[in-house]
Amino acid sequence: MNAPRDGRRWIATLPFAWLIIFFALPFLIVVKLSFSQPTDTRPPYKPVFDATAGVSQWFEAFKDFTFEAYANLFSDSLYLASYVSSLKVAAIATLIALLIGYPIAYAMAHAPRRWQPALVALAIAPFWTSFLIRVYAWVMILKDEGLLNTALLSLGVISEPLKIYATQTAVIIGVVYSYLPFMILPIYAALEKQDRTLVEAAMDLGASPMRAFWSVTAPLSRRGVIAGCLLVFIPATGEFVIPDLLGSSQVLMIGSTLWEEFFTARNWPGAAAVAVILLLALIVPLAIYEKLQMKGQEGR
Amino acid sequence: MMKSRLTAFQITALLAGFAFLYVPIALLILYSFNGSRLVTVWGGFSTRWYSELWSNAQLMESVRTSVLIALVSAALSAVLGTCAAYVLSRLGRFRGRPAFAALIYAPLVMPEVITALALLLLFVALGIDRGFWTVVIAHTTIGMCFVCVVVMARLSDIDRSLEEAAADLGAPPLAVLRQITLPLAAPAIIAGFLLAFTISLDDFVLAQFVSGPGSTTLPMRIYSQVRLGVSPQINAISTLMIGAVFIMLVAAYALTGKKASAKF
Repeated sequence: MNAPRDGRRWIATLPFAWLIIFFALPFLIVVKLSFSQPTDTRPPYKPVFDATAGVSQWFEAFKDFTFEAYANLFSDSLYLASYVSSLKVAAIATLIALLIGYPIAYAMAHAPRRWQPALVALAIAPFWTSFLIRVYAWVMILKDEGLLNTALLSLGVISEPLKIYATQTAVIIGVVYSYLPFMILPIYAALEKQDRTLVEAAMDLGASPMRAFWSVTAPLSRRGVIAGCLLVFIPATGEFVIPDLLGSSQVLMIGSTLWEEFFTARNWPGAAAVAVILLLALIVPLAIYEKLQMKGQEGR
Repeated sequence: MMKSRLTAFQITALLAGFAFLYVPIALLILYSFNGSRLVTVWGGFSTRWYSELWSNAQLMESVRTSVLIALVSAALSAVLGTCAAYVLSRLGRFRGRPAFAALIYAPLVMPEVITALALLLLFVALGIDRGFWTVVIAHTTIGMCFVCVVVMARLSDIDRSLEEAAADLGAPPLAVLRQITLPLAAPAIIAGFLLAFTISLDDFVLAQFVSGPGSTTLPMRIYSQVRLGVSPQINAISTLMIGAVFIMLVAAYALTGKKASAKF
């Protein structure tokens, strides 16, 4: 189909142009900046290009390429440690979210039809309440003198306050809590579409409920599980607010490292290099997610 | 048809799951009415933290800024997101469609720190002063993708034969869009607007990077207070925000039914 020749062309151009200018193009700048020299000026890097200088100047600027920011990244073990710890926290949290989220999604899909819209709304609602506020609620609960410790101490379950706040456990709890709706909904969507008669057929043929689940229900919900895991894993890896508020400075995460590099150290090329490596680490999960979404589109 | 009856295991999963999701929020709201200054010690029912909010001029100023930013960026998101949804669901397989779709889905999962850093660097490179409008642009970029997904779900549900009939009767494509497609998609567009509004109102990371002096948003204020420790005032402002979002959610839900979940 050729591009339409009427006003529809503008309808197509407008959002496309917006996303190219404000989403795609900035990534090129990040990549470019990660190769420049940090300085003490404002802004704190050697200018990458001057938008008014013309195209020839842009190419001129490429001469100043330096791998300094990356060399720093790889020579300081702190960065590597924070990448590893980010991926670890995100992976553990994704697994726990799956273990909690699947049974919830499964029960939602098996609830009476007329309850389902309300259950879906209940599952989504926390996502629309401020992220910051939900993390703050856990600070209130998990702090050494917080609600959990106060309650457990007064009930006599423990004699000394539990040390959860400012540990990796606290960060994992925060991530699971914040991203759980993202896990529940795609799995629910996959389960809800499933033809129930398949499970009945399996059971009629003598399969136990467990066997029927593992050989019919689980494989058919695979797409929902993958989508859910990616929707939790990808943003969780770059998470900043949760490790900052619940882990304080005890838990290294790459989102916080980028933040520190940018706001505290004011090393913009360094922050850009951190972002580029993070993006590279996420490129495979991102590509799988995109592919899943496209397939979903075709399937409609 | 099989009668659905929940097993004990399923009921437990639902109750435990929703308790996990809602108990922290409930505690937060409960303790906003706590008379004691110590957040975790119950000191009787009181609304003093709410009245203290009113006299916190900085906080009130940031509420105004946040609401204004949310209104403008949600409106822009609704327009751009609807255009994008129309392109993806009605213009067939044009060249560049996969790239376009990729651009719509990527901002939805991209870690916010990366998007925020990238946008900031763009503004600096272009010499744009940071402030109200840069935050609006950042929020619109994310918001339009959410709107697009919600509207697209609605467009794929609309009976195409209405649009085809209008076209067969000689209506040019733009007239079909204006008189048939848009009115039918209106509930989803309004719902998308409300979702974009709440996203903007809640966002902290993007705002922290791209806002400038004089455009401090409410989440930025909350964040800097939270870093200093728990305080009942934060519980009070949080409760008000939860209330506002709840009202909007009910409105969006009433308009689209369960379709708001179609993103997933």
